[in-house]
Amino acid sequence: MKLSIRSLSKSYAATRGTVEALSNLQLQVGEAEFVSLVGTSGCGKSTLLHIIGGLEAASSGTIELDGELVRGPGAELGLVFQRPSLFPWLSVLENVRFPHTLRRKRTPSPSPRELENRALLVENLLRLVGLWDFRNAYPAELSGGMQQRAAIARALVARPDVLLMDEPFGALDAQTREEMQELLLHVNALHRTTTLFVTHDIDEALLLSDRVIVLSPRPGRIIGDITVPFARDRRSAELKLDPDFLQLKRQLMALLRHRTERASALESLNER
Amino acid sequence: MPTLVRNSVPVAGRAQRKPRQSAQAPPRWFPVRGEVARHRSRAFGLLGALLLAATYVCLSHREGVSSALVPPLSSVLHTAWETLLSAEFWLDVKVSFLRVTAGFLAAAVLAVPLGILAGTFRLSSALLEPVSEFLRYVPVPALVPLVLISLGIEESAKVALVFLGTFFQLLLMTADEVRQVPLSLVQVSQSMGATRLEVVTRVLTPAALPGISHALRICNGWAWSYVVVAELLAATEGLGFRILRFYRFIQTPNIYVYLLAFGLIGLALDWLFRLLHARVFRWNRAGRT
Repeated sequence: MKLSIRSLSKSYAATRGTVEALSNLQLQVGEAEFVSLVGTSGCGKSTLLHIIGGLEAASSGTIELDGELVRGPGAELGLVFQRPSLFPWLSVLENVRFPHTLRRKRTPSPSPRELENRALLVENLLRLVGLWDFRNAYPAELSGGMQQRAAIARALVARPDVLLMDEPFGALDAQTREEMQELLLHVNALHRTTTLFVTHDIDEALLLSDRVIVLSPRPGRIIGDITVPFARDRRSAELKLDPDFLQLKRQLMALLRHRTERASALESLNER
Repeated sequence: MPTLVRNSVPVAGRAQRKPRQSAQAPPRWFPVRGEVARHRSRAFGLLGALLLAATYVCLSHREGVSSALVPPLSSVLHTAWETLLSAEFWLDVKVSFLRVTAGFLAAAVLAVPLGILAGTFRLSSALLEPVSEFLRYVPVPALVPLVLISLGIEESAKVALVFLGTFFQLLLMTADEVRQVPLSLVQVSQSMGATRLEVVTRVLTPAALPGISHALRICNGWAWSYVVVAELLAATEGLGFRILRFYRFIQTPNIYVYLLAFGLIGLALDWLFRLLHARVFRWNRAGRT
């Protein structure tokens, strides 16, 4: 397993006692697997992603990457946020190259060939996300979708073992969103990076993922682990109209709705 | 397809209808927070200056206002011309400018890095900020006796006063700017493998730099107040010293000329800071974020 999450729990101190955000989560993600986390807002799916990324500490439990404990943020775990997080003082090209300028320290004198490879990777990724012609623009001069595309390219340049995406398309309009989903499918087909993808959009999760994990509202527990059977090369916006797709979507929706309605009742049951 | 233009001839039948609000051009003179033509805003800037001059002239012509307090504009202008030609004035400007710049630069060189540290690390903040908060509320003029005792009436005393006046403010303002940098930028850089040092030098500092530059501009203005305090009390030349001399000999036109000089020097420095800011932070000007 690429990523193993064992007995993970997280609780916060609130004004009235403690709030349990995540409860005893177990999750295994395989090499090159694309896994989505869905759930209603407030179910702790972003918190889970932050804990995996090392940005927040878990209350208990462990996260292992290739068998090693994750102790904090690092180059192994790439992050893409909902809000664009490009560095506004750098051009698109400089932003995407940023991870390379950091790694220089680890390999004190990279060979000319290594440097050439790096430049090539940056150029390929920028072309892949359609921003090569905008490489000299500043982030403020780009649209939200373009900024997000640059952020994805930048995250991939760092060559993370696992890419963590926290509702990366959540702030985009429907049209741009679809374009970005197709782009991500395309990028993923080429780069095959293990990805954990948080979204509240069921369509998006089904379209992009190999597996969809459903989380219940507070405390967040895994209440569904659904394997998406569609072949990779069939995936496009049209798949969303496929009867099998709709069937799966109906199941997921039922799971989510059912759970939300009875969440409070279950919560009190669980406390006993 | 005919397009509707503001000045188009009304179509027969539905003629004489008032154009709708949305079809009207925005107000030319006073749009709410909107742009106006450059020549208009320039004219209004000039108008403000003229109003100030007019107020002065009115005061100088009034019965019961002593001409020693408000001398006629002509005599102020005459004195201004003489002052511009005198070597003494330029020496004063040079001396005061050097004192301000020395004290201000020393404060900036120390306060900005310390402020960045305080804005980055909670413990640096705990170490530096309460003390700075306390010291910045000690009025600079109240420090004059101690400065005079320790440094005498040397140049260093004036420079020290400017330094003391700006250092703590600048440290706190810099720390605040660093804290304003969105956490997501830090997290994303860490997720790309940035070390703590790299987070500070490659992310927090460049992100906070426009704000720090703004703080420097504000503090430079304050530095001029402190240099005058120092010069009023212990100096043998400088703009502040000279104003006190003019007071002793009741040379009010000269006082006005020196006040004008202060204002103009301030404006010039401010303009210079803004120009540099716009040059260096081009990415910030596109400013949609």
